[in-house]
Amino acid sequence: MNYKKILQKYRKDRTRLIEILKELQSREGYISEKAILSVADELGLSRAEVEGVISFYHFLSARPLGKYVVYLNNSITAEMAGREKVALAWERETGCRFGQTSEDGLVTLLETSCIGMNDQEPAAIINGVVFTSLNPDKVKKLVGWMREGRAVEDMVEETGDGANGHELVRSMVRNNIRKTGPVVFGEYVPGQAIRKALETTPECIIDEVKKANLLGRGGAGFPTGLKWEFCRKEKGEQHFVICNADEGEPGTFKDRVILTERPEMVFEGMAIAGYAVGARLGILYLRHEYTYLRRYLEHVLQKMREQGWLGPNIAGRGFDFDIEIKMGAGAYVCGEESALIESAEGKRGEPRDRPPFPVQKGYLNLPSTVNNVETLATATQIIIHGANWFRSMGTPVSAGTKLLSVSGDCERPGIYEVEYGLTVKELLEMVGARDTLAVQVGGPSGNCISEAGFGRKICFSDLPTGGSIIIFNRSRDLFSVVRNFLDFFIEESCGWCVPCRAGNVLLKKKFEKIASGLGTVQDLKEIEAWGKIIKSMSRCGLGQTSPNPVLTTLASFRELYESRVNKEADFIPEFDLNQAVAEACAITGRKFQEEQDHA
Amino acid sequence: MSKPVIATASLAGCFGCHMSFLDIDERILDLIELVEFDKSPIDDIKKFSRPVDIGLIEGGCCNAENVEVLRYFRKNCKILVSVGECAVMGGLPAMRNTIPLKECLEEAYLNSPTVAPEDRLIPADEDIPVLLDRVYPCHEIVKIDYFLPGCPPSADLIWEALTALVQGRPLRLEYELVKYD
Amino acid sequence: MPDKIKFTVDGKECQAEAGMTIYEAAKANGIYIPVLCHFEGLKPVGSCRICSVRVNGRWMAACTQPVTPGMVIENASPEVEEYRKAIIEMLFVEGNHFCPACEKSGNCELQALAYRYQILVPQFPYLFPKKDIEAFPKFLLEHNRCVQCQRCIRAIQTPDGKKVFAMKNRSGRVRINVDRKLAARLSDEEAQKAMDICPVGAILRKEVGFRIPIGRRKYDRRPIGSDIEEKK
Repeated sequence: MNYKKILQKYRKDRTRLIEILKELQSREGYISEKAILSVADELGLSRAEVEGVISFYHFLSARPLGKYVVYLNNSITAEMAGREKVALAWERETGCRFGQTSEDGLVTLLETSCIGMNDQEPAAIINGVVFTSLNPDKVKKLVGWMREGRAVEDMVEETGDGANGHELVRSMVRNNIRKTGPVVFGEYVPGQAIRKALETTPECIIDEVKKANLLGRGGAGFPTGLKWEFCRKEKGEQHFVICNADEGEPGTFKDRVILTERPEMVFEGMAIAGYAVGARLGILYLRHEYTYLRRYLEHVLQKMREQGWLGPNIAGRGFDFDIEIKMGAGAYVCGEESALIESAEGKRGEPRDRPPFPVQKGYLNLPSTVNNVETLATATQIIIHGANWFRSMGTPVSAGTKLLSVSGDCERPGIYEVEYGLTVKELLEMVGARDTLAVQVGGPSGNCISEAGFGRKICFSDLPTGGSIIIFNRSRDLFSVVRNFLDFFIEESCGWCVPCRAGNVLLKKKFEKIASGLGTVQDLKEIEAWGKIIKSMSRCGLGQTSPNPVLTTLASFRELYESRVNKEADFIPEFDLNQAVAEACAITGRKFQEEQDHA
Repeated sequence: MSKPVIATASLAGCFGCHMSFLDIDERILDLIELVEFDKSPIDDIKKFSRPVDIGLIEGGCCNAENVEVLRYFRKNCKILVSVGECAVMGGLPAMRNTIPLKECLEEAYLNSPTVAPEDRLIPADEDIPVLLDRVYPCHEIVKIDYFLPGCPPSADLIWEALTALVQGRPLRLEYELVKYD
Repeated sequence: MPDKIKFTVDGKECQAEAGMTIYEAAKANGIYIPVLCHFEGLKPVGSCRICSVRVNGRWMAACTQPVTPGMVIENASPEVEEYRKAIIEMLFVEGNHFCPACEKSGNCELQALAYRYQILVPQFPYLFPKKDIEAFPKFLLEHNRCVQCQRCIRAIQTPDGKKVFAMKNRSGRVRINVDRKLAARLSDEEAQKAMDICPVGAILRKEVGFRIPIGRRKYDRRPIGSDIEEKK
């Protein structure tokens, strides 16, 4: 392969490293040693650096993969929807185990963290195409088609609703919009907001957004107007607007639906933000899992340029702004804004130290505002309808509406646009949840609520959430939920800092000791103490929230843990002598009999 | 009042900690005044003859016999002390913990260049204690009350710890006393 | 001196120049904040978190956080020290640290921190992970002892800015990855620098070791940080 020729078009641009690696992988099926050396040479990097980037991202591979690469989602809702049977079917039909490639080189089976399809699990991504609601029969059929050499695109038999059926999407993904609200799914005529925004000053835009009390919809809830103001005030030869479309929190999928049904609203929001902060370029950082939306989104951008809503001299007002799409490559931590920026620069998605904050030194070390998809869409509507309209919804602290991605044990999983202030109980009724044991608000990094908390309100001052709501009924074992969540954080830790990298592994070990009935009162104390240490000492939001599955279930379901620990014993070892000698016995053919009485 | 009773054992260790214990030199005369010894390689008493106040354990557990001796000590000692790196963290024997047991045995008894072709055999005699899958620190098997790291812990550290325990006072750990090598 | 910043550490009134990190500011006032990943002259990365302090109830890494006027810094309180101790213990169980067999013993900063905190046994179970040893023309890389401090990554680069050492993988699988071709071209001085800068016995010179007798090594007699604390 002539790498030099392929690399030429990237003009030695280091920020496009991930894009380059993706192209090479799509051509050869993996990133070969020769490819790595060529890329390193072209970009002036060491081979070790390029390998560092490849090995960071889940969807990049330096080892050969099969012709079809199956990434089966392993989130908790997938487990609840029968993932195990589906996984076994994959292994049976392909003759290889997860983590391996079939002997004929046809299929590679891999696991992956939440792919944003929680309401239609079990789901998998095969060569970039999403397959939802899998069952063993469907798996059998898919493997049969693979043997025939069918293109994955042609394996999609029926497309989903709305724009999922667009010729540039053609995806079986369903929107499952169960409840529309006045903001994101409210009345909307594209182009109106940007024209209105350009009639006033950037300062007025910031004021309006501040007045509306728009708080970041990704979960952290930072005031958007303030962020824009900080960014605007920073000096820099260029400013950037970055749309964070890397929703990786297990259980959230609302940005996927917004980008499918309301892309113009998001892009307009980016342009408005650009006008407000003084940026001319916006970047949509789209998670790899949503690659299937890319061509469609490019098409929408192109249409908006043609309409004069993007590009040079927007609405004849002398404001230039355009948007480019940058793809992620599979890393939950890139949802953290500084990690996202690193990734957008073509590096390993490791969070930065703050200060400086992205508004001061963001993309390319220039002032950047990073906003969530829903935040930007909401900003568009605020500009059209005004701050007062927006504040008339929700609560005084949490104005407006919120998109919730509801999944798990309920009759109607999907997207709900609700006003802030809704109680968990009201939500459960709305979605048709019965016999509910627990509600996970805000995903694994959020809060696990028991019935005692169902009166609590979804809003920033009580139960904040980026949108993920997972419901568990009384037939579920909460310990397997916690286990799934802890595994998620262990896998997704970037490995930079000690408490997150090592602490979570140790926390999980302690959790398993308790779960297996070998815990003591001391173990229970320790798991809580260790969780606090990880929370306090970790470098970024991932580590600071990673013990939450344990800590919040301990707070809401303490009796569950207490029922598993032995209250009398002051010490219970995990060590089992018969187990420990089993291997040696097998090797030497000996039988072991424990001496009961030594004396 | 009878003197406190002490017992010692060396499990998967090299007896270096026992040697270091003897390095208390002339203080051994004070020790005899202070305590009595029960089961220990020092006096060659094989079985516990009475309840013991302080058990000193050298070495981690690499085979079933180690586990049995350790449990036997736990049953008979009021206070159990892990003495030395091997007892505390497995020590050098635990360097095998990252290698599968089968590989270790094959390397030692089948593939090693120093094994004559006719001697290639993995020992399986019933009289040899069965190996564990890995080497375990003592506190992963029984409750350990105190830890004295070092390879070996210095005679001064052992002396300080022992006298503190016997006299029921808190340990005075001068900076130079605690070392891991 | 203009722009002096006033702050307190554990109630002690301190002054420092603007632009200093909390670690540097404390040091200038004779207060030692323990660090492991940090190394004077290299850009701080805040990876070990041992230097964490609490400022107005918020935890922050002293090596990366700039000191600001009026900061009330909690450094040596029991809880802060307990949490730091836990981090040191995590490092011990996360790797395979067989001190008696390590060439760096006595000169190792991780070990010295454990001595300073009088760790007799970690509160965490040993993980005994499988890690490799790699050989390069001028040095060995002992992954069993590596603490991912990134000092080597930051310190050793080619004149045109290529990294000889880089991070590979993520989560508990992260490793230091050496660019073989570039490593082979390192000068003796650069190789020596890589070894000297490594806080533990992960980067080692070949064919030498255990040269300084026990008793005369860096941390045999005086705790790490004494030099800072004895200044004032």
